[in-house]
Amino acid sequence: MRVGLFITCVNDTLYPRTGRAVVRLLERLGCTVDFPTAQTCCGQMHWNTGYGKRIEPMVAGFADTFAGYDAVVTPSGSCGAMIRDNHPRAAARAADPGLSARVAAVVPKVYDLTEFIVDVLGVTDVGAYFPHRVVYHPTCHSRRLLGLGDRPTALLREVRGLELVDLPGEEECCGFGGTFAVKNPDVSTAMGADKVRHAAGTGAEVLCAADNSCLMHIGGLMDRQRTGMRVVHLAEILASTAG
Amino acid sequence: MTSPPTFLGMPPFPEAARSAVSNPQLRHNLRKATHTIRDKRAHVVGELSDWAELRAAGAAIKDRTLRRLDEYLLAAEAAVAAAGGTVHWAADAAEANRIVADLVRATGETEVVKVKSMVTQEIGLNEALAAEGIRAYETDLAELIVQLGDDLPSHILVPAIHRNRAEIREIFVREMAEWGVPAPPGLSDEPAALAEAARRHLRERFLSAKVAVSGANFLVAETGTLVVVESEGNGRMCLTLPETLISVVGIEKVVPTWADLEVFLQLLPRSSTGERMNPYTSMWTGVTPGDGPRDFHLVLLDNGRTDVLADTTGRQALRCIRCSACLNVCPVYERTGGHAYGSVYPGPIGAILVPQLRGVATGKVDPQTASLPYASSLCGACYEVCPVAIDIPEVLVHLREQVVEGGGHRAERAAMRAAEWVFDDAKRLRTVQRVAARSRRLLPRRAPGPGAAWSDSRALPEVPAQSFRDWWVRERGAPPARPPAAPAQPPVEKNRIEEDDR
Amino acid sequence: MSSRAAILARVRRALADVPSDDDFPVARDYARAHVAEGVLELFVAHLRDYRAVVHEVAEDALPDAVAAAVERRGARTVVTPAGLPPAWTAGLAEGVCLADGWAYEQLYDNSINNRPTVADRADRADILTTSTLDTADGVLTAAAVGIAETGTIVLDAGPGQGRRALTLVPDWHLCVMRAADVVASVPQALERLDPGRPLTWISGPSATSDIELDRVEGVHGPRTLEVLIVR
Repeated sequence: MRVGLFITCVNDTLYPRTGRAVVRLLERLGCTVDFPTAQTCCGQMHWNTGYGKRIEPMVAGFADTFAGYDAVVTPSGSCGAMIRDNHPRAAARAADPGLSARVAAVVPKVYDLTEFIVDVLGVTDVGAYFPHRVVYHPTCHSRRLLGLGDRPTALLREVRGLELVDLPGEEECCGFGGTFAVKNPDVSTAMGADKVRHAAGTGAEVLCAADNSCLMHIGGLMDRQRTGMRVVHLAEILASTAG
Repeated sequence: MTSPPTFLGMPPFPEAARSAVSNPQLRHNLRKATHTIRDKRAHVVGELSDWAELRAAGAAIKDRTLRRLDEYLLAAEAAVAAAGGTVHWAADAAEANRIVADLVRATGETEVVKVKSMVTQEIGLNEALAAEGIRAYETDLAELIVQLGDDLPSHILVPAIHRNRAEIREIFVREMAEWGVPAPPGLSDEPAALAEAARRHLRERFLSAKVAVSGANFLVAETGTLVVVESEGNGRMCLTLPETLISVVGIEKVVPTWADLEVFLQLLPRSSTGERMNPYTSMWTGVTPGDGPRDFHLVLLDNGRTDVLADTTGRQALRCIRCSACLNVCPVYERTGGHAYGSVYPGPIGAILVPQLRGVATGKVDPQTASLPYASSLCGACYEVCPVAIDIPEVLVHLREQVVEGGGHRAERAAMRAAEWVFDDAKRLRTVQRVAARSRRLLPRRAPGPGAAWSDSRALPEVPAQSFRDWWVRERGAPPARPPAAPAQPPVEKNRIEEDDR
Repeated sequence: MSSRAAILARVRRALADVPSDDDFPVARDYARAHVAEGVLELFVAHLRDYRAVVHEVAEDALPDAVAAAVERRGARTVVTPAGLPPAWTAGLAEGVCLADGWAYEQLYDNSINNRPTVADRADRADILTTSTLDTADGVLTAAAVGIAETGTIVLDAGPGQGRRALTLVPDWHLCVMRAADVVASVPQALERLDPGRPLTWISGPSATSDIELDRVEGVHGPRTLEVLIVR
């Protein structure tokens, strides 16, 4: 199976270790991973901030870059949801009349990392080792838009050494919300502070999620509040081994 | 000219939210109340195995109504008239207020009792009547708290949700005597005692009132039946005892058939108060001689609704049955309360309804209105609970486009253009990443400009020495033209996660 | 242009994109009812859940049950609507019943589109004044339909149910509900009801959740709802 990795602009630029973890993990599971270097950004920031009419080049770029793969895997719930839900909408009003068909061809092949592992590869035990107490935060777009359900926790439960504890109020948004975090910083911070408080109250060492954008926000708050907790992308936990 | 449903002088949402977020009593009251009701809702919704089908039917009935709205309005008008009611049409708030004031004046009365109604708040009816020398008495407990406290409503269902029992007791003790029967001596802050005080305060007024004003939850086109859903019995008092009843109803409240109520009477109470059924529902068709008012007037109100109807994405907001489930699950509302939204319609539904009613599509709205579509993290909790499946996040994003096209956010537009330039071409992205990486030791962890809002409370991530794409190209070279025959050997693992790449 | 014409024109303009030949069918694949068995037991459980007082009685024990309820309550006067079966109040002392003469069927047919404009009858001697209702200790009525899934009683101004004010102003509502009139669900109830009649749906006593979202029973309507279910 020829897997195209859509790393996302945030991971590419700020969290390369998540990308390296995804590559390591998928290759360990027997996949051949390509990183087509023509990829850039899914256009989510533009779309969600009201500049959706300007993302046609990004939508076309994505569809054309990943057209030849059997599967496109991304380690970001919100970017996956952006492609699945909004690329067809953006294409429907694009100047290029052929774009909708190209988008429609690629969208069904786009998987969140956990969907790909559980549904396509049929694996929940990825052979990982991570001896830490961990809470999982189901980010809003992973949970509500992609419908990842219990796939992430099913994967985490098989990780050796890992103690998965419940996160109170897990369904509540962390307050990131893309440009929301900048436009409404007080509310965003208040939401994030509650998320951090809930996480810290579990005694976990690590909060993980399937989206580094939310983790950037939560981790930034943890850092300032000196909670002693850290944030780790789910892929990095699944990639880590006992060696 | 439509009258905007706004609280005059409110600052834009982020500014209003700032003071709300820093008020610990408010935060406590809101958290307790919203969590109580969201848990109750989840429990009773869970009792119905066909909730998804009911929700889909609710949305479909409303869509069907909206797409044939002219026909259903005419049918409703004919049915109400045939049953002895009088139908009036009001294009905007000013016209509706004038119709109601004229009807009250024609009775010779200078007082009216009111059933809790969002639409009469939207049009500012109480203030308009006051200007005509007519005093309107709110009779719903929460509306009474708001009116006595000279306050503003902050929730669709529970307008005084921002108040706790101690604050309510203080308002009653201080203000009731000014409006009529005073609070009993030694009033405690037990909810039962406060409800009893409200009963005593309003009892005589109910029994002597000659004119009542209400809204309606539903108007059945085929029969002309109006439906008011309530809890306390104040609605029944107003709808039953006075001689004249004036109901102001938004044109989107119509449903086609009597049988359609079987859907909404299941969706609304469970979504709204989290009950299987609210204590009292009144249904009346025109006038019934000897039972209830002898004069019934229905005022059908547009006030911007046809503008909402004209927007093919935004019109779904007109499905709203005002249950307020979206407020109770909204993480933003939970932290700011309703006042921050600057309108009688707060929360997620307010953030999509109010800008449309105020004409955001025309491109020219005030900064407060323009801030509302951004008062959301797009988490989607509102859509999840909406009993008529209004995709609030979709409409929020749609309205953000209208704000952008209206010319707002000059600096942001420039930043978005710059980002497009980078993201439209992977080579440019790589160049930018390299520049950032080279200068990363110089980048502060507290950002200037717009980024300061971020870094006041959250550390910025450090820029890594090497982007993922640089690592890939160095490690793997250009992507292979076709997949290799066998999987690549996994790299040697470290006995821990890769902690640092700096 | 009148506002009526203006609004209708605006509606039609707003719907320019909507195809005129589409019927917009509604899928009605939701349940007609969620329970088939134990309907009466569910009705009782849900009434009690919302703090109604419920007794189950046999038909021939009803007069005694009414009398016992009135005595328990200490009610000296009880409003009785027209059409209430005389047997129900046979166990009450003379002078307890305050009869109200208003009856829906005597004056009107059920057609909503052919309603006579009848002069107000409130001045009739047998129509109780609101202040009389306010001093009465309770009201005894029949009911049209009961709904098990929601714990709801619907009054439709039928015999023994009276005007809406009767079950609103007195502080105690004693309601006789025949088991045969209890249906499972809201859709089943609506099928039985006539929209032309004034309808009151009652689910427990008057209540409010306006203070901290805590439910408190008893505001403006009857603070006690007592139901006698006749099997």
